[in-house]
Amino acid sequence: MTQMNEPLLRVDNLTMMYGDRVGCKDVSFELRPGEVLGIVGESGSGKSTLLRSISAQQEPTKGTVEYQTRIDGVRDVYQMSEAQRRLLMRTDWAFVHQNPRDGLRMNVSAGANIGERLMAIGDRHYGNIRSNADNWLCKVEIASERLDDLPSTFSGGMQQRLQIARNLVTSPRLVFMDEPTGGLDVSVQARLLDLLRGLVHDLNLAVIIVTHDLAVARLLSHRLMVMQQGKVIEHGLTDQVLDDPQHPYTQLLVSSILQN
Amino acid sequence: MEQTVKNPADGAPDYNFAYLDEQTKRMIRRALLKAVAIPGYQVPFAGREMPMPYGWGTGGVQVTAAVIGPNDTLKVIDQGADDTTNAVSIRQFFAKTAQVATTEKTAEASIIQTRHRIPEKELREDQVLVYQVPIPEPLRFLEPRETETRKMHALEEYGLMHVKLYEDISRHGHIATTYAYPVMVDDRYVMDPSPTPKFDNPKMNNMAALQLFGAGREKRIYALPPYTKVKSLDFEDHPFEVQTWEDECGMCGARDSYLDEVILDDQGNRMFVCSDTDYCAERQEAGHRGPQHHDQPLGSADRGKAAE
Repeated sequence: MTQMNEPLLRVDNLTMMYGDRVGCKDVSFELRPGEVLGIVGESGSGKSTLLRSISAQQEPTKGTVEYQTRIDGVRDVYQMSEAQRRLLMRTDWAFVHQNPRDGLRMNVSAGANIGERLMAIGDRHYGNIRSNADNWLCKVEIASERLDDLPSTFSGGMQQRLQIARNLVTSPRLVFMDEPTGGLDVSVQARLLDLLRGLVHDLNLAVIIVTHDLAVARLLSHRLMVMQQGKVIEHGLTDQVLDDPQHPYTQLLVSSILQN
Repeated sequence: MEQTVKNPADGAPDYNFAYLDEQTKRMIRRALLKAVAIPGYQVPFAGREMPMPYGWGTGGVQVTAAVIGPNDTLKVIDQGADDTTNAVSIRQFFAKTAQVATTEKTAEASIIQTRHRIPEKELREDQVLVYQVPIPEPLRFLEPRETETRKMHALEEYGLMHVKLYEDISRHGHIATTYAYPVMVDDRYVMDPSPTPKFDNPKMNNMAALQLFGAGREKRIYALPPYTKVKSLDFEDHPFEVQTWEDECGMCGARDSYLDEVILDDQGNRMFVCSDTDYCAERQEAGHRGPQHHDQPLGSADRGKAAE
């Protein structure tokens, strides 16, 4: 099990500039299999820019993103061919968008949404694809009879769970989440978080989750990175960061939550 | 070399041979050569305005104009028939602007321009089949971005095509796509065979004739060189199959051809006739008879009368 100790993802000195403006600056970290990293910070602090750059959606100005692929060992994702990178993104990686409409095909059924990744990697047996989709629908607590319904007939929480199922069907090892609970009401949020925590644990997923909600971060993530103005200002175990914040901004952030 | 055609009969102005100017024809031929070299790949071309509306075969007409020569014999079919408006007007267009011979007989034609159908009679190596294509991009309905579909073709990411077929089965219990049924060309490009019924897909495979596709509005040309492998997409447990009919052709009794349903009255009476009028007429000349045949004068123009 030496592989367990090797990092799955290594981000080194990642900088993203938008002209003269800083998107994010000199971010470095490692992520191991099964580890959940939370990125918190206020709006405009560079969280989403960082996530996009790490997840190969936007080439950074400087720095490298290296990933431990299943077959070829450690590869710089921006040095891969586009075909390899896209294959990686739809098999070993997953991306859960804040708005499920960005991550789902709204004009095909739930089953087809879940089956798409399977068909993309060459699955050509309708019965297998369908039973696999059905299986995943159950795992995300959506009734089987909704398998042939369009996502547009689903509630917001169900759409988000469907998006998660659609992403996890190829057993990815690394999942990127951008505010997965944004826009959901509190009780639905709690259920979704519960579900996510279970899946992350059962499937040993490595997750990078961007959120501005410290409660979400505390519940899901093992480690936490706090960002401000494009820079990582504090980095540590979640409990440590939240219970004993060192940086003035983190102290402000933590103290801004209502305590009971 | 410029060739012009004078049409003294109606005093029409002098056209260049086959309407298009030589530079345009050369541009289209270049696109055609590229298309033949990469079977199934959509080659952009600078489509011209033609004296007919988009959707009436402007792409097919431009391709035909680029390949036709004075010694060619042209056949034009629309839904398999030689006598429908679109077929008649395009045939007349080339009779006037290129003064080529025209025919309704599949065997006599050297160029066949078609909308929807492939003739029932097997085509030969010395024939060219030109398709009029409305929407050349098979991935369009699921992926509206052109940049993305091009990338998907380039990287052979065709999973989405099966999403469409999956959706068909989940809604209808079987693959309900009956026309424009996607095909894999030469194990590389997924291609939209234009709105031909899937009945004709197997004919595209390994065909002896050259097949050229022209989409006027979308300005794309693609091609299948002779003897190209064309496979219809399907699932292992839902294999591709073509339409079948319980009835036979009312005029010629054919059971192996593509049949059109014709409503006869408001009492629920109907008949089926071959959509390929030349095939049907030839069978009738050979003495074949269907149940609705009353030995009226033969020929495609009498189909309507027979139905009365």
